[in-house]
Amino acid sequence: MSEGATTAAHDVLLVGGGAAGLRAAIAIAETRPDLDVAVVSKVYPMRSHTVSAEGGAAGVMADDDSIEEHIYDTISGSDWLGDQDAIEAFVNEAPRELLQLEHWGCPWSRQDDGRIAVRAFGGMKKMRTWFAADKTGFHMLHALFQTSLKYRAVKRYDESFVTRLLVDEGRVYGVVSVELATGRIRAITAKAVVLATGGCGKVFPFTTNANINTGDGMALAYRAGAPLKDMEFVQYHPTGLPFTGILITEATRAEGGWLLNKDGYRYLQDYDLGTPTDKPTLRSMELGPRDRLSQAFVHEVEKGRTTDSPWGPIVHLDLRHLGAKLIDTKLPMVRELCLQYERIDPVTDLIPVRPVVHYMMGGVHTDIDGRAGLDGLYAAGETACVSINGANRLGSNSLPECLVFGARAGRAAAEDAAAAPAPPAAIAAQVSDETRRLEHLLARDTPLDDGVARIREELQTTMEDAAGIYRTGPSLEKGADTFQALRERVGAVGVRDTSPSFNTELVAALELENLIDIGECILRSGLAREESRGAHQRTDFPKRDDERFLVHHTVRRDHDGNPSVDRLPVTITRWPPGERTYGR
Amino acid sequence: MDDSIAMQVTRYRPDKNSQPVPVDYEVPLRTEWTVLDGLNHIKAEQDETLSFRWSCRMGICGSCGMNVNGEPRLTCATFLSDYAPGPVRVEPLANFPVVKDLIVDITDFMEKLPRVKPWIIRDDDVTEIDGEYIQTPEELEAYQQFSMCINCMLCYAACPVYGLDPDFVGPAAIALAERYDLDSRDRGSRERLDVLIEKEGVWGCTFVGECTSVCPKHVDPAGAIQRYKLKAAQESVKAFLLPKALRR
Repeated sequence: MSEGATTAAHDVLLVGGGAAGLRAAIAIAETRPDLDVAVVSKVYPMRSHTVSAEGGAAGVMADDDSIEEHIYDTISGSDWLGDQDAIEAFVNEAPRELLQLEHWGCPWSRQDDGRIAVRAFGGMKKMRTWFAADKTGFHMLHALFQTSLKYRAVKRYDESFVTRLLVDEGRVYGVVSVELATGRIRAITAKAVVLATGGCGKVFPFTTNANINTGDGMALAYRAGAPLKDMEFVQYHPTGLPFTGILITEATRAEGGWLLNKDGYRYLQDYDLGTPTDKPTLRSMELGPRDRLSQAFVHEVEKGRTTDSPWGPIVHLDLRHLGAKLIDTKLPMVRELCLQYERIDPVTDLIPVRPVVHYMMGGVHTDIDGRAGLDGLYAAGETACVSINGANRLGSNSLPECLVFGARAGRAAAEDAAAAPAPPAAIAAQVSDETRRLEHLLARDTPLDDGVARIREELQTTMEDAAGIYRTGPSLEKGADTFQALRERVGAVGVRDTSPSFNTELVAALELENLIDIGECILRSGLAREESRGAHQRTDFPKRDDERFLVHHTVRRDHDGNPSVDRLPVTITRWPPGERTYGR
Repeated sequence: MDDSIAMQVTRYRPDKNSQPVPVDYEVPLRTEWTVLDGLNHIKAEQDETLSFRWSCRMGICGSCGMNVNGEPRLTCATFLSDYAPGPVRVEPLANFPVVKDLIVDITDFMEKLPRVKPWIIRDDDVTEIDGEYIQTPEELEAYQQFSMCINCMLCYAACPVYGLDPDFVGPAAIALAERYDLDSRDRGSRERLDVLIEKEGVWGCTFVGECTSVCPKHVDPAGAIQRYKLKAAQESVKAFLLPKALRR
């Protein structure tokens, strides 16, 4: 790794090859074929975490549905923290994006007459969720990836890990990356950079997220001086499998599944979510929003009405009354996952489930075209916070979010790049600095009694204790204190693997730096928000407080390297803040 | 059940080893642990330098394919307890160059995939989208199985032909070509056949069928290859009998 860095140059660089990154790449290739576009990703694009999304993608399509209703559901789902101009644009453009995916071969499930089928989803008043059985993300990702192969102009750097953004006088000019196979350090310059690296679930110990979801894009932006936004809002999905944290899709409940406590009682009726009906009722009971369902679980634990398992308390998801035929057609992966990982069959057995960290509402602060807080920098998908999700995302809004804002960010970045100056000579010094830093990290001895895996585990546990489904000022403070000590250890830890080729320990050490920055931003933003809204529930401030906190929090790295929290108005256009009601 | 199990893991560092060497480890044996959990335990507790790919740990991203006791498997979907009392032998996928430890070089597949044009090809040029292409559940069913490929490379590791002739396009790429051919929205089968009819196309396959039996997603690449051979044979008869303009 010591021969210094090599350099490649492009017009637009996408960091991340999931739904948002690939959609952006195709948008650029289609609208500006004269531009040179490249995708850099730490995994092969078809391994990206989009692949794990199950239930579906929302877009107004059915005759009885309307744009207005999808907008309202999303705004109330966000607990009025979503920006209404962004939500309007999103809802308007989602159906077209989903149709575009259909034209690119996505195998959407169909009605008998061959038209697109839609299903119900949590917090949605109408059936508007497009689905490809329960492998929606997998099919969308492969359709996007395979379609992207058609555009030979799209250059790829597969299995390359980005370690730093190159910035000069407030403008981004590319990245430094490590090519994993060889360990070669490569500067990739670009006139515009789009971050699309997905979420940061690995900040927590128990998550549906893949191993790769370490908040890389958020941390890159943050360290380069761009603000993150709404980082205190972490979504717990109510139904993950114990031990593995594997997601059991909300579509199980949309198709009619029930959540039962240890007495076989549909406990959601006790939490202002409506009354049980045999057939699912939209915006009611099991089809309530994720924040409220995960919170109800905690109260069931407190009441002693959950079942103990080796992996903590659980409740049960009951699909038995749906029958094998429906499960095999509409939820085949759920059956596959249960058989494989729990050795139970949902056709005849109850599925043990518990809430699990699933999605980051916060992210890199952007405007409606993906513009982040530095010139030439863009972000889209879970990495970004536009914000359409506010304090709580509705299930099936995130896949179309990747498409709508991936395409928007791609187009805006392309226009920007076409007019932008060439990278200045000054960034060469940053490339050398970064090369030295990486070489130093590789050469550094690790303390005998410490290591990346150990620190990561302690960091994750700290986050769960400090910033779980319910938080308090003292729990967040304590977490922030522990982070000081963790940060020192991260600073001292080295890499025992000295080989240049495919150094996964080096990658894990770099990811750990990202996790600690992101975790700290979550804790600091959470401390600053002295109210309860959506997924951010403070038991010491149990009420929503629109007077003080109908604002976004931005968090920026100050001159001493500490997170500094600031406020930003929420865009309210036609929907004044109101009460969030479900099941009534 | 014993409380631990032996794992024999193939190690290879290009800068240190001239060839791969097996190394023995002992890991806890728990019913819910997969082979991948065992590897992660080794990496976290015994040797940080052990290198392997993994991501989703739910059998859908396709990263963690390895040979387990000689069989290509997704290690996140293969349980240690099924190999008790052990040892469990973990090697890199066969038929690929090894980069390091359990990581193989799949560049060859990534270069072959675009050659079969795995995307929708139309003869109309749609610029404005005003609705979906109609596709009935039966039409969807016709190609659905082939659309389940996760590119995990187990079929390449199992394929004796690919092992002997690296020019062979191989099972997953051919299955994906068939996935688009069978899609009612697609008009590109002729273009794909032109690629697969070449010497390195479908002809190498000797119908061993190992690709289909190792597929973790129940795709049938062997069936796809068989169908292409038939299409190719029909095509060569047509080529013999008809002037070019009349073929299709």
